[in-house]
Amino acid sequence: MTDREILLSVRDLKVGFRLEDGGRFEALKGINFDIPRNRTVALVGESGSGKSVTSMAIMRLLPEFGCEIDAASEILFEGKNLLKATTGEIRSLRGRDITMIFQEPMTSLNPVFTVGDQIAETLIVHAGLGRAAAAARAVELLREVGLPEPEKRARAYPHQLSGGQQQRVMIAIAVACEPKLLIADEPTTALDVTIQKQILELLANLQKKHGMSVLFITHDLGVVGEFADEVIVMRHGVIREQGSSRQVFEAPQDAYTRALMACRPALAHRPERLAVIDDFLQPEPYVPPPDRARGYAPEDRTVLDVQDLCVNFDIREGLFRKRKFEAVKNVSFKLAKGRTLGIVGESGSGKTTVGLTLMRLRQAASGKALFDGKDILAMNPREFKDYKRRIQIIFQNPYASLNPRFTVGSILTEPLRLHGIGSNQAEREKIVRELLDRVGLPSRAMGKYAHEFSGGQRQRIAIARCLTLKPEILICDESVSALDVSVQAQVLNLLQDLQDEFKLSYLFISHDLAVVKHISDQVMVMNKGEVVEQADSDQIYRAPACDYTRRLLGSIPRGWTPAADAA
Amino acid sequence: MPTSNVASSAATEPASRSLWSLGWQRLKRDRVGYVSLWVVVFFMVLGAAVWSGLLARGWDQEVGNPNTAPMWAAQEKLQHTGTSDGMEGATGPIIRLTPAEDPIADMLAAAEHNKSKYQTMEAPKTDALILGSDQRGRSVFEKVLQGTGTSMLVGIFGALLSVALGTVLGAFAGYFGGKTDDFLMWFYSVFTSVPDMLLLLAFAAVAGRGFTTLILVLSFTSWTGVFRLVRAEYMKQRSREYVQAADAIGASHLSRMFVHILPNISHLLLVQFSLLLVGLIKYEVILSFLGFGVGVKQVSWGSILGEVPTELMQGYWWQLLGVVIMMSTLVTAVSMLTDALRDALDPKVK
Repeated sequence: MTDREILLSVRDLKVGFRLEDGGRFEALKGINFDIPRNRTVALVGESGSGKSVTSMAIMRLLPEFGCEIDAASEILFEGKNLLKATTGEIRSLRGRDITMIFQEPMTSLNPVFTVGDQIAETLIVHAGLGRAAAAARAVELLREVGLPEPEKRARAYPHQLSGGQQQRVMIAIAVACEPKLLIADEPTTALDVTIQKQILELLANLQKKHGMSVLFITHDLGVVGEFADEVIVMRHGVIREQGSSRQVFEAPQDAYTRALMACRPALAHRPERLAVIDDFLQPEPYVPPPDRARGYAPEDRTVLDVQDLCVNFDIREGLFRKRKFEAVKNVSFKLAKGRTLGIVGESGSGKTTVGLTLMRLRQAASGKALFDGKDILAMNPREFKDYKRRIQIIFQNPYASLNPRFTVGSILTEPLRLHGIGSNQAEREKIVRELLDRVGLPSRAMGKYAHEFSGGQRQRIAIARCLTLKPEILICDESVSALDVSVQAQVLNLLQDLQDEFKLSYLFISHDLAVVKHISDQVMVMNKGEVVEQADSDQIYRAPACDYTRRLLGSIPRGWTPAADAA
Repeated sequence: MPTSNVASSAATEPASRSLWSLGWQRLKRDRVGYVSLWVVVFFMVLGAAVWSGLLARGWDQEVGNPNTAPMWAAQEKLQHTGTSDGMEGATGPIIRLTPAEDPIADMLAAAEHNKSKYQTMEAPKTDALILGSDQRGRSVFEKVLQGTGTSMLVGIFGALLSVALGTVLGAFAGYFGGKTDDFLMWFYSVFTSVPDMLLLLAFAAVAGRGFTTLILVLSFTSWTGVFRLVRAEYMKQRSREYVQAADAIGASHLSRMFVHILPNISHLLLVQFSLLLVGLIKYEVILSFLGFGVGVKQVSWGSILGEVPTELMQGYWWQLLGVVIMMSTLVTAVSMLTDALRDALDPKVK
């Protein structure tokens, strides 16, 4: 670390937000860190840790209104305090010396301009190139970020590209002017694993090639382990630990860092319970629980038997023509009582459609779904009503799946009322209180509204809503994907406890292979609407039979390995 | 130590707030919006008072002399006539006569005796009215109050009816889509293809005059905007996860439409309502001005304004003043309130 020349240093950065009720929220409570030249620094933290506020403060993108930066705070970029710089100076820095890529490539690109034009614009504004030169350079940049047929792609509009390609375009815009610092704010969170791997490799290559510094912001320690030089762990606006990757990953000093590493499900082993943050913050040391064995057993009773399920969507082409799009093709599987079937696949693989079709929220084109021997897809709505209780779904986004105008009490009593469970309101409220207690929420939560809870608590409410009907099958559609790692562990533990207690069968749909490995007895891999492989989870991860599965498994971030450092 | 912490945090925990109460809090902090709200409430109370007969009951009594100016503006004129008693030109001695000498003393005595028989029961006409009087001597102040009542009634009920109509049709079109949507959209297109004013006049001409027809006519022509908005909102909301979740727990279509989705767009409806309130009050004024509005025995701002052009030519400006003050206050207040409501109830703008 002798050549550690500092590019940007943050000194005692304090940022507060004025709240609507007149209160104040301290987002950053005086943080200090440095970004050296030609290094990748990873800023890791869960939601509310202040990592995005930090990056916004560096770019001076924080809102003028309601946000207060302490007068003594300093952000020194090559010796110049960015917090005191004029708007003009900042504008010339942004896009040229400091650039940023965001989480959602689709919304960061302007949909009405071609991607070539958008790259060229940056070059014209900051590098002073002429129109023709800029257009030529844009094509070159697209080639550099690995887009096939860059001449053709330069004339494409953002919606004509896939998510990964859009993110590549964003990176091309960001590196167009050879910046000294690239800030990447969760650049791969919205992408599939295979794409994530490609983007991470691309960023690492560009960093070496251009000799720039990268500030990589993420919630996932696993992602940064492979290529970050230094790691900063943040929580609640405070830096818990910072140091070189080797130091942080091999000998983490802080209990929170250790907890973050432990609560992410790993591929190597499967503990009975996942560790949660609280386990580490207690004085007594954390003892990992024994591993749990998984897999279907021959004596298992099949609850749901899906045979040759097909789902088609009509895509309108032109005025009158319709094209059939086969979202799900001949999917068959058996779900056993008290077991979990994991469905993994990339976006567009049809895994969510399978779940929604079983709930009859989508129309099946053909196939059967035998629930205790009766085909639920062939029933009329009245017959299905009895089965509806027994098969429930937990959605991905706990912010969208709870009605914002209802109190938690009415969200939870409504299904009871609709299905005539409990003879009067008092009795129903009693059931609800018991359920809230079961999912770990206080009973005074009943009078509150969904917006008063955090993401993890909301997902617990959603789980409680499903449990009100005492279902036998629970479809978890990316139910933990939107949650922080530590909260994810808590919810996974809760799901496991409920399965053990009520003998629930889970259909666990996720793109996250580690999570699926942790919770599933059997795993089904889907690609482009078809099942490519289906086996007991240990077997599929140990010896994948098909190429696609191998490719998926190969894209999982390996995290920190001592060998990676030596290489 | 930990127990005391828990206790204190439970005690200081703020009361649970619905989105409505959060919106109300935001509205209270918006000074202009808050004042406008009270102005609108004042007008509503005024309208209710007029309608229950507490205020301006005798607006059609001819209490004053025709076309008297407001009392605060009439000073000049009074002074002018007050100085002359009509006797200035008379000269010569005043001769007093005894009753015996007076040739008409008997007649005077008889007249005095019979006076009570001819005494008129009518109250004396006054010149001292706050806002003067109109052509027939009715108090302009009471007339304007009565007009306020009429306009508020037409505005509020017209707006309510059009919001209800637009919401129900829009909900069906947006939620079900497909054929239902096609049908309702055709219906909508037919309505909007005719110029608004023409449609209003056509309805009014066919249906005759009076409150009920006025309210119906106004709401039949102005539900279209609400329909478009609600339809779009339902299309957006129906695929939201919370609606799918409601489907999963077995809620019926109607319950999903009106129990689950409706509260989530209710803030938009409130804003639409206040927009329509202003719009309909103005439409009512125009219709009445053109003679298609309220009946001849009723009065509204529009019918008052209808009398104004001829009066202005003779210099009688007070009716115009009364209506203009009331109408501009209300319309401005409602517009500002609408703006404040939009800000307060929009979850995205903070």
